[in-house]
Amino acid sequence: MNPDMISSDSQVASTKTNEPEAKAPGSDSLPEVVYSADSSLRNPIHLVRAMFKDLLASRELAWRLFVRDLSAQYRLSYFGYLWAFLPPLATMAVWVFLRSQGIVDVGETPVVYPVYVLTGVLLWEGFSTALNSPLQVVRDAAAMLTKINFPREALLLAGFGQVLFNTLVRLVLLAGVFLWFQVSLPWTAILAPIGILSTLALGFTLGLLLVPVGALYQDVSRGVLMLTTFWFFLTPVVYPPPTAWPGTLLARVNPISPLLLTTRDALTTGDLSRWSDFAIVSGFSLAFLFVAWVSYRLALPHLIARMSS
Amino acid sequence: MSDVLIEVDQVSKRYCRDLKRSLWYGMQDVVGEFSGLSTSSRELRPKEFWAVDDISFQLRRGECLGLIGPNGAGKSTLLKMLNGLIKPDDGSIRVRGRVGALIELGAGFHPVLTGRENIYVNGSILGMSKQEIDLKFEEIIDFAEIGDAIDAPVQNYSSGMRVRLGFAIASALQPDVLIVDEVLAVGDAGFRTKCNNRMAELLEGTAVIFVSHSMPQVSRLAGRTIVLKDGSCEFDGNTAKAINQYYSLFDDDERGRRGTGQARITAFECFRHDQIPATTFQYAESMTIRLRIESNQDIDSLVVDVYFGTVSGERVAECNNFVVPTRLKIAAKQPSVVEIRIPQLTLNPGVYRMGALLMCPDMNAHYDWLPTVEKITVEGGRPATTGQQFSADWRMLNEDVDIKALKEH
Repeated sequence: MNPDMISSDSQVASTKTNEPEAKAPGSDSLPEVVYSADSSLRNPIHLVRAMFKDLLASRELAWRLFVRDLSAQYRLSYFGYLWAFLPPLATMAVWVFLRSQGIVDVGETPVVYPVYVLTGVLLWEGFSTALNSPLQVVRDAAAMLTKINFPREALLLAGFGQVLFNTLVRLVLLAGVFLWFQVSLPWTAILAPIGILSTLALGFTLGLLLVPVGALYQDVSRGVLMLTTFWFFLTPVVYPPPTAWPGTLLARVNPISPLLLTTRDALTTGDLSRWSDFAIVSGFSLAFLFVAWVSYRLALPHLIARMSS
Repeated sequence: MSDVLIEVDQVSKRYCRDLKRSLWYGMQDVVGEFSGLSTSSRELRPKEFWAVDDISFQLRRGECLGLIGPNGAGKSTLLKMLNGLIKPDDGSIRVRGRVGALIELGAGFHPVLTGRENIYVNGSILGMSKQEIDLKFEEIIDFAEIGDAIDAPVQNYSSGMRVRLGFAIASALQPDVLIVDEVLAVGDAGFRTKCNNRMAELLEGTAVIFVSHSMPQVSRLAGRTIVLKDGSCEFDGNTAKAINQYYSLFDDDERGRRGTGQARITAFECFRHDQIPATTFQYAESMTIRLRIESNQDIDSLVVDVYFGTVSGERVAECNNFVVPTRLKIAAKQPSVVEIRIPQLTLNPGVYRMGALLMCPDMNAHYDWLPTVEKITVEGGRPATTGQQFSADWRMLNEDVDIKALKEH
C-alpha cells in the first residue's frame, strides 16, 4: 500500500446492518446507511423498520412502473386491450365445446357451465399470473437492479398491481357473461373481492418465495411452468369438486382449491360451506407473504451480484 | 463534526468467473444470509478471486475522488457496493446523505413510451418525487436539447439522444454523494462540454466518486485519485502521480514487431544533452535519438519515422525524415546509424511510448515496425490535457491592439 494512502480513522460502526440507522440526537440530520457483510437478520428491528420505510417510499415509483408497463403493454398491438379478454374467452369456449360434444364429462355444475368455467378460469389465471409475477418482474428489471438503488418493494407493488388490474379488467367480461346467461348474483358476491385478493395473494406469495432460487436458476421457472399445467387439471377449475375419495383429497390438500371454490361459490351459488378451509389458507398465505418479503429483501443483493450487468 | 460522507473500511468482494459455480456460490450466500450468521469472510472458495481487495478511503463533502485502473480492476464492483446494490464480503461502508448515480443513463426507459413519459419513469427510479420532476421538467427538456422528439417514442431516438435525455434527468438530482461511472464521454462534442460544465456544478457541495478511462477528465475533476489493479489499491493520492502510476501499469504490454524485414532497426537509444542515455526528460529539454539500421539491400531513400504516443495508443507527435525532408541512403550489409535531434521536447508531462518505423518512400511497404521501442517519461509542470505544450512566449498587450472581432451569436 502506498504511503499517500489516507487511512480510515477508527470510528467503527457500533451496529453493522444493511439498513439505515436511526441517528443519535444532535448529530447531522443526514440519513446514514451502513453496508457490511453481516446478515441483515442480525438486527431484525432495523430490518423490519427499513422494510416498511421502503414500502412507503416505493409507492410513487411503483405507480410509475405500473403505469409504464400498462400503457406500454398494448401499444404495439392493433387490438390493444381486447387481448385482456380473448384468452379466457377462448379457454371457456374450448371447454364448453368439449363438454357439449361429450368428449369430456364433468358432471353437473351448480350454475350453467359457461358461467361456471369462466369464473373458474379467471380465478385460476389470476392465481397463475400472480405465481409467475415476482420472478418475472425481477428478471425484467435486471438492468435496473444492477445499476440503480431504488426501493426494491416498488417492483413487487407494481407487479402485484399489474396482476390485480388484469384480473379486475376481466371481471367486466364475467359480468357480461352473467348478464347473457341471466345468472343473478347472490348476496355473498360482496365477499368476492376478499376471495379474489386471497387467491392472488396466495399465488404471489408462492411466487415470491421462489425468487431467491429462481432468479439464479432457470430450472425454477421451467418447473413452475410444467407444474401449473398439471395443477390446473388437479384443481376443480373446469369441473366441480369431486365428492368421492380419493378425488376429495384434491380439494383438501390443494391450497388453491378452497380459495377458488369459495370465491366461485360466493359469486354464483352463495354456498360458503368451505369458509374454514378458506380462512386457514388465506391466513397462512398472509403470514408467508411477510416471510417471502423478508427473503426477497435478504436475497436480492446476492442475486444482483450474480446477475449480468 | 467532520463532513465525511463516505467511509470505506477494508472492503473486499469476491467473484467467480465460472458461471455454474458462481450461481452455486450465489445460492450459498443467500442461505448464509438467511441463517443470520456473520457472513463476513476473507476466504476464497475454489475458482474465486478478489474483485475488490481490502480497499479503504474516506471522502468529504466537496471532494472528488478519481478511480482509475485497467479494465476488470474492480472499479465498477466497488461502485456497486458504494451504491448499495451488492454487499461487501468483508469490511464495511458508511454512506451519509442522498446518493445519486450517473451510471446507467436512461435505466428503466421503456422503448414504446415517449420521452416525456419516460422522464417521469426514470426520474422516479432515480428517487425523485413527482413534484421534484414537475419542477425540473422544463430544465430537463432544455438541457437534453432534443426538441420535438420529446413526444416521440424513445425507441425512435438515436443512441445519442437517449443518452442526452438520460443525462439530463440523472443530473437534475441534487445528491450529497454522487457516483459517476464513465458516462461523461457521451454524445457529440457540444453536449460533452455541457456535461462537463454540469459536472463541475454538481461537484460543489457534493462528495463525488468518479470512474473514467479518460485521464484528461480525471486530472481536471479529481483532487485525489485511487489506482486499482486486480482489485487492490496500487496508489492513493495526488491525481497527477496516480495517472503516471496508471500508465506504468501498461509497461509490459506486447511489443509486437511487424514488417517485411528487408531493413531492420538493431539498436535504439535516447540521450539527454546529446550524450547521457535517458528515459526521463524534463519538459522542453533537448532529446537525441540514435538508431542503428541494417539492410540486406541498397535502399536509395529510406523513410524513418519515430513517433510518440500516449499509453492508450493515441499518437501525439512524430519525427519523419521524409517530411522535413532529409534523404537517408542505406547501403546493403552495412550498418548505418541515424541520429535525430529534437532541440526542445515539448511533450506535456506524462508517460509516452515511442514507436519506430522503417518504410520505403511511398510509405506503403513497412520494412520494420516497432510499436513500442522505448518508453519515456516527461517531467515538470502541471498535468495537461493534450499531448503537446508549445513552448510559447506569453505577455499582456495594450487593449487598443487591432485584432479581428468575433461574431456574437
